[in-house]
Amino acid sequence: MYTQALNSSDGDDRGVEDVAHASQFQARIDADERIEPNDWMPAAYRKTLTRQISQHAHSEIVGMLPEGNWITRAPSLRRKAALLAKVQDECGHGLYLYAAAETLGTSREELVDAMLAGKAKYSSIFNYPTLTWADIGTIGWLVDGAAIMNQIPLCRCSYGPYARAMIRVCKEESFHQRQGFEIMVTLCRGTAEQKAMAQNALDRWWWPVLMMFGPPDQVSQHSDTSTKWKIKRFSNDELRQKFIDATVPQAEFLGLKIPDPGMKQNENGNWVHSPIDWDEFKQVLAGNGPCNRDRLAARRKAHDEGAWVREAAAAYAEKRKSRRLAQAAE
Amino acid sequence: MATANIEVSETPLVLYALRRADDALILGHRLSEWCGHAPALEEDMALANMGLDLLGQARELYSYAAKVEGRGNDEDKFAYLRDVRQYRNLLLVEQPNGDFARTMVRQFFYAVFADLYWRAMMASNDPTLAAIAAKSEKESAYHVRHSSEWIVRLGDGTAESHRRAQNAIDDLWAYTGEMFAVDDGERGLIDAGIAIDPATLKPRWLKTVTGIVNEATLALPNSDWMQQGGRSGSHSEHLGHLLSELQSLQRTFPGATW
Repeated sequence: MYTQALNSSDGDDRGVEDVAHASQFQARIDADERIEPNDWMPAAYRKTLTRQISQHAHSEIVGMLPEGNWITRAPSLRRKAALLAKVQDECGHGLYLYAAAETLGTSREELVDAMLAGKAKYSSIFNYPTLTWADIGTIGWLVDGAAIMNQIPLCRCSYGPYARAMIRVCKEESFHQRQGFEIMVTLCRGTAEQKAMAQNALDRWWWPVLMMFGPPDQVSQHSDTSTKWKIKRFSNDELRQKFIDATVPQAEFLGLKIPDPGMKQNENGNWVHSPIDWDEFKQVLAGNGPCNRDRLAARRKAHDEGAWVREAAAAYAEKRKSRRLAQAAE
Repeated sequence: MATANIEVSETPLVLYALRRADDALILGHRLSEWCGHAPALEEDMALANMGLDLLGQARELYSYAAKVEGRGNDEDKFAYLRDVRQYRNLLLVEQPNGDFARTMVRQFFYAVFADLYWRAMMASNDPTLAAIAAKSEKESAYHVRHSSEWIVRLGDGTAESHRRAQNAIDDLWAYTGEMFAVDDGERGLIDAGIAIDPATLKPRWLKTVTGIVNEATLALPNSDWMQQGGRSGSHSEHLGHLLSELQSLQRTFPGATW
């Protein structure tokens, strides 16, 4: 999901040590060739991708928490199984993405430690709470929907392992999105209380979801480098617009009101939203969202309480190895 | 009123299916509580997998119970609209997750039993139960492998993991006897070739469990005292809390469709 990381890059390729390599590298990118782990790449390309892929992985793992919050309370056995499978998918995405990031030379342990230390970011959307069952529908419908908008272009990202990971991730996300929408359809066809629950969830998630695409283009610090390297292919505002235009008719179908009374359709048929409260975005990024502390605390707790288990597995593996060596020596 | 508990006609076959369904649902629910909080991402995946297997088994068994009963109940009514005294699962599976060692020991004790049980049940002369058994046996074979490997790693890992695993064995041992017990109604099903007698599985269960526990440098307790009651609805205090969470939406919004 969650390509907030696209909005900054770690320097550019000016001053690279090897001008010949660098121009060869750019020529391959321009020819739409994939860069693979053992290929030469500029240090800044490696750094940008390591940060982006690992932030994406952290987002998948932290993203398990808000939805995991409802697994034990899912209202039917079918919903319970689907939600558990969905959150498990997210874990799988995280694992897959950590592996992709590792191909760039940083270990999963280092990446996870940076996240637990609060040094690495994850998508801000997961710093909002899931208060009702309708939040589970809304997350699937909107958060996964926005993620797909962000991620489909990444299937053509210049870095091979990331692009391939995205192809698989997008397939599962699109399944999750449909599942979420189906939860919303059921709620909106249900009792008045259920429909009110659905509207309330949309009211709370709409603006944070629009923020998932990152700051507006005119103030975005995004350098041209990511575009030149074919990591990023569309601007934040382009993707946001695409998302809104796709979502408005879905909300109409559900009979729900998008909480933006000022939203109007322009002459091109695009839905133009009212100004987004970017102060809220900055606050959540700065650690002041409703759940930032809870999310990090939960991940740290799992990590700390799991330490003795990981140590036991390592100790046992070591013992087994030395027993085998001793046997072989006999 | 729609929030009231459903009534169940507990004929021997309905009761039989509900007992196994309840085992699978409650243990699956317990495993799902780990999701997002496991000691490693690989374990998050594995625990969710096993939880999903068990949920699937529960759904098939509930649906079969509903069909046999024929009174308009369904999987969700059985799961969401029965009170603690109507639940028929083993006391073992409702025990809280505790630490990872406790979860794995609980899983190990149950999975070794379930694997033997479902394998034997494949010979049931009830075709639905035989089919459910065939599917469940494949799944429980993996659960046995996964949990056995962890018992050995934890027992033969560090001093701390050894201590935790031994504590878990000592605390959960008294809940294993109930797996092999049978009441009169179920005795009738056994005589009719529909169910199998779990008591016949005990020597093999004990042999497998002892083998792994020894390999793990752990020990089984000497105590023979076994807790009973889950099969007839006398549960530990833990189940009520689990159900109040599991059933909260169905109880709060009576009659709604989700």
